[in-house]
Amino acid sequence: MQDFTDAFVLAFGLIATGNTDLVEIVLLSLRVSLTAVLIAGLIGMPLGALLAVARFPGRGGLIVVVNALMGLPPVVVGLLVYLMLSNAGPLGVLQLLYTPTAMIIAQAILVTPIIAALTRQVVDDLNREYDEQLRSLGVGWYDAVGTLLWDARASLATAMLAGFGRAVAEVGAVIIVGGNINHVTRVMTTAIALETSKGNLALALALGIILLLLALGVNAAVLAFRSDRLEAARA
Amino acid sequence: MVKQTTKRFVVGLLAGAGLALAGLPVSGPAPALAADDFIIVQSTTSTENSGLFKHLLPMFTDTSGIEVRVVAVGTGQAIKNAQNCDGDVLFVHAKPAEETFVAEGYGTNRSDVMYNDFVIVGPKSDPAGVKGSADVAAALKTLSEKQAAFASRGDDSGTHKAELRLWQAAGIDPKAASGDWYRETGSGMGATLNTAAGMDAYAMTDRATWIAFQNKGDLEIVVEGDDRMFNQYGIIPVSADKCPNVKADLSKTFVDWVLSAEGQKAIADYKLDGQQLFFPNADKTSG
Repeated sequence: MQDFTDAFVLAFGLIATGNTDLVEIVLLSLRVSLTAVLIAGLIGMPLGALLAVARFPGRGGLIVVVNALMGLPPVVVGLLVYLMLSNAGPLGVLQLLYTPTAMIIAQAILVTPIIAALTRQVVDDLNREYDEQLRSLGVGWYDAVGTLLWDARASLATAMLAGFGRAVAEVGAVIIVGGNINHVTRVMTTAIALETSKGNLALALALGIILLLLALGVNAAVLAFRSDRLEAARA
Repeated sequence: MVKQTTKRFVVGLLAGAGLALAGLPVSGPAPALAADDFIIVQSTTSTENSGLFKHLLPMFTDTSGIEVRVVAVGTGQAIKNAQNCDGDVLFVHAKPAEETFVAEGYGTNRSDVMYNDFVIVGPKSDPAGVKGSADVAAALKTLSEKQAAFASRGDDSGTHKAELRLWQAAGIDPKAASGDWYRETGSGMGATLNTAAGMDAYAMTDRATWIAFQNKGDLEIVVEGDDRMFNQYGIIPVSADKCPNVKADLSKTFVDWVLSAEGQKAIADYKLDGQQLFFPNADKTSG
């Protein structure tokens, strides 16, 4: 397959020359997916921790629902967000359709259940260990949640990375709500879809290689940060 | 201690979010033009994938200062999006559907812009033996008799609608063989051509997409030149009566430019591999 070698040559050529279009697309991909993951973390982590700690009727059902929502198809989320943000939809006045903000909203919706469900599992396990102690100290649920989240931070970083992986790799949602508009809403995955449809398979694959390198970089950065903190904690 | 960790956690999260929201947009690409000076054009994949817009739009932006943002989807989806008021201009290729769009009040008026033609592509070995035919209906009839694999868009796009009209002209209902030799990909032109190349199937495509397509594989044009394979593109400003949010002034400027002598010449000038992809045919009297 000639395409494979072409793809690697193209990928490294694009990186080496610092192709401005590519830089723009990479930066937008990072901006959209990282923002979406942080928003999803702000909602998903407290939600997951609450589901682990609090006891209320319907909790079991809610856990099943959150876990099931991890399998939300991106194209369905894209469609829902499109219908909300369309000028014919209830939030049309905000004029957010075909903007990076719309893409952030869609990805945040996709990622929140993933982070919430993983957080719930992590915090639930930790809570079995801490429960008695926290109760003996008379700690309220608010501070209990905070303590558990803080002590589970290493596992939660992995949950956030899982969310980032989902966000940066999906194409179904962002292509509908972003429209894949050149210089405005084109990200790595929609650019790959476009080049594939033009029959530029080598260039599409090259962009795929760069996307993988990007994900590798983000994961390495988080891991390095995490082990630094652990070293510091031990010292 | 416990309270402190809660605070640290919340502060850390908020700081991270703040950084992402505040920092990255600044380092991200800055829009080249003022935010309001843009229009959204709902268009079709053939105009985008063939590179026409990349050639045409910078010229318009240079003269007018208006940025044009293109959403390139199938004609069916483009019309639906425009009906939802999610575009200022509709630029597609399915005349009957466009006329309905205007008749229902979604568009102000429809103008012819340019044309090219559809072609049938197929494997070089030509298992059905239709190569060289200029009678598309007879060729399609042969394909169905030989049960030759045919990859159809199957997505309600302009090309798909045109293909169905040609099957009708041939007196054949290919849907009866759907999943057998008639394969509906339900995706864009490029994806359908990739599929056809992969399974040595016949397919119908507009000539512009075909010339620009890079993964032709073992495919080549087998049927062309029938008048019934004429492919007309039209442009319609979305009506401000139906959609108060449309930028009527800006979209009129764009439509007028596309139909002007300058815009028409720019379309004619666009060539790929030495071949002209689109032939302007705006009505000079109405412009």
